[in-house]
Amino acid sequence: MLKGRAIKLGDNITTDHIIPGRYAHLRSNLPELAKHVLEDADSTFISRVKAGDFIVAGSNFGLGSSREHAPLVIKMSGVSAILAKSVARIFFRNAINLGLPVLICNTDKINDGDELEVELKTGVVKDITNGNQLSFSKIPEIMLRILEEGGLIPYIQKYGDFKLKE
Amino acid sequence: MGKTLAEKILSQNSGSDARSGDIVIAQVDLVFAQDTTGPLTIRQFNSCGFKRLADPKKTALFLDHAAPSPNISISNDHMLLLQFARDSGCSIHDVGSGVCHQIVAESLAKPGDVIVGADSHTVTAGALGAFATGMGSSDVATIFGLGKTWLRVPESIRVAVSGKLPKGVYAKDLALHLIGKIGADGATYKALEFGGDGLGNTMSGRFTVANMSVECGAKVGLFPADRATKDYLSSQGRGSHYQPLSADDDASYEKTINIALAALEPVVAKPHSVDNIALARELRGTKIQQVFIGTCTNGRLEDIAIAAKILKGKKRHPETRLIVAPASKQVLLEAIREGYIQTLVEAGAVILPPGCGACLGLHQGVLASGEACLSTSNRNFKGRMGSPEALIYLASPATAAATALSGEITDPREVI
Repeated sequence: MLKGRAIKLGDNITTDHIIPGRYAHLRSNLPELAKHVLEDADSTFISRVKAGDFIVAGSNFGLGSSREHAPLVIKMSGVSAILAKSVARIFFRNAINLGLPVLICNTDKINDGDELEVELKTGVVKDITNGNQLSFSKIPEIMLRILEEGGLIPYIQKYGDFKLKE
Repeated sequence: MGKTLAEKILSQNSGSDARSGDIVIAQVDLVFAQDTTGPLTIRQFNSCGFKRLADPKKTALFLDHAAPSPNISISNDHMLLLQFARDSGCSIHDVGSGVCHQIVAESLAKPGDVIVGADSHTVTAGALGAFATGMGSSDVATIFGLGKTWLRVPESIRVAVSGKLPKGVYAKDLALHLIGKIGADGATYKALEFGGDGLGNTMSGRFTVANMSVECGAKVGLFPADRATKDYLSSQGRGSHYQPLSADDDASYEKTINIALAALEPVVAKPHSVDNIALARELRGTKIQQVFIGTCTNGRLEDIAIAAKILKGKKRHPETRLIVAPASKQVLLEAIREGYIQTLVEAGAVILPPGCGACLGLHQGVLASGEACLSTSNRNFKGRMGSPEALIYLASPATAAATALSGEITDPREVI
């Protein structure tokens, strides 16, 4: 069970919003890079975010570049999961590969600052602040396994290969 | 039931009867990373505990996104990639070779291949009938080590293109029109499969359209491998890489989008999203401080030829910088031989070395706050090319050249 506060963002948050190309020279200096997370989407994000918080976004979150640094700096900021109406595919894979859950659900009724509880196993999000409950779409089995291992690297360290079946 | 191109290629490469919705493990024919995603790829490769590449001949690195390096940090990243190539035996395409996707198109991709790059515009090679898609560094690192990856077989959307483009209208206008029509998430997780009698007989436009397919969320933008593919591969000295490839007639598509080319006009994507489409002629009066012609979308010889033709004997507007980056060394050499480079320099252009140039705000044309740029690239996201207060418009090389002359967004039909 994950518990935290919602930080609300809009639709079409691009990888350039999350970590602009102008900071590419910091990609081998992750602590410095992470200071710029989401600064072009919400300049208050970095000062507001606390460990365990959820990003709650609209549609097409993470569109754009393949830069894995985008979910990486979000994870480094302390965010425990991303909830969005839809997510761009490379970002989706990248986030799961880093062990950062991405949950597809209707985020309209979640407000900024709401206290949320997320149960990954049952696929349920509870909004403690307003009493709403919603469910998120099922993640493909292989992605769940990767998530359970904490990401693709620990998954490969453990299994040495992709396992589609037991 | 017949198969789509995506199902055919993934069946072949996974040794299974792959249907949309299935998860398959596919053998990867080419895997690559570039200088902004490569360093993390190498670190993840090492973290996995891999001691060697699955196949050095199928693995490539490219120094293109910031090349030559503009600062010490990126120079250190370049050094890391060069050292990894020496140690592992993979190929490395050094500074000045050009944009990874253009080199993959010219020299490496074949019809029927599965290609994975740590770069979203890896989809460019779909123009050659390759299942080419972008992934992040962790995925690419595991392919470096295992030679394979897992893929969900995508549903396909057929884009049936008919007729011929009118004068002054180009493949870029078709790509932007399509994205405007279906939206920046209109094909998320899907394959776009292009067909119809309007595909034309040259590859340049196909590369542009395949390249832009990720801008509506597509996993891959596939073209059949046909006569045009064969002629292109032969012209690159790779005739033996050709095999005909097309979807079955009775393949099942999620939907079909019909586009009549004759009805298209020059269009522009306005800030800050690629699906924010307007007609170029309606944007007359929009002042532009920088025109950028190049990138994996529109930095090929045909694109530079169009711009040179419009700019020949003329001068750029005094308040509009004109920056041109040929997509590869091959393109640069041909553009020199054809006289296009001289024409462009005489018109007031700055020529950049082959590479990504100004596209991603790292160097060579970084925008100031309040500046507007018209670019032939594929993304106009806020902050993409420098200041988040800059404005980026996307258009064809013809619209770019016409805009460079007038200093404001101009329909190229005014000048050709």
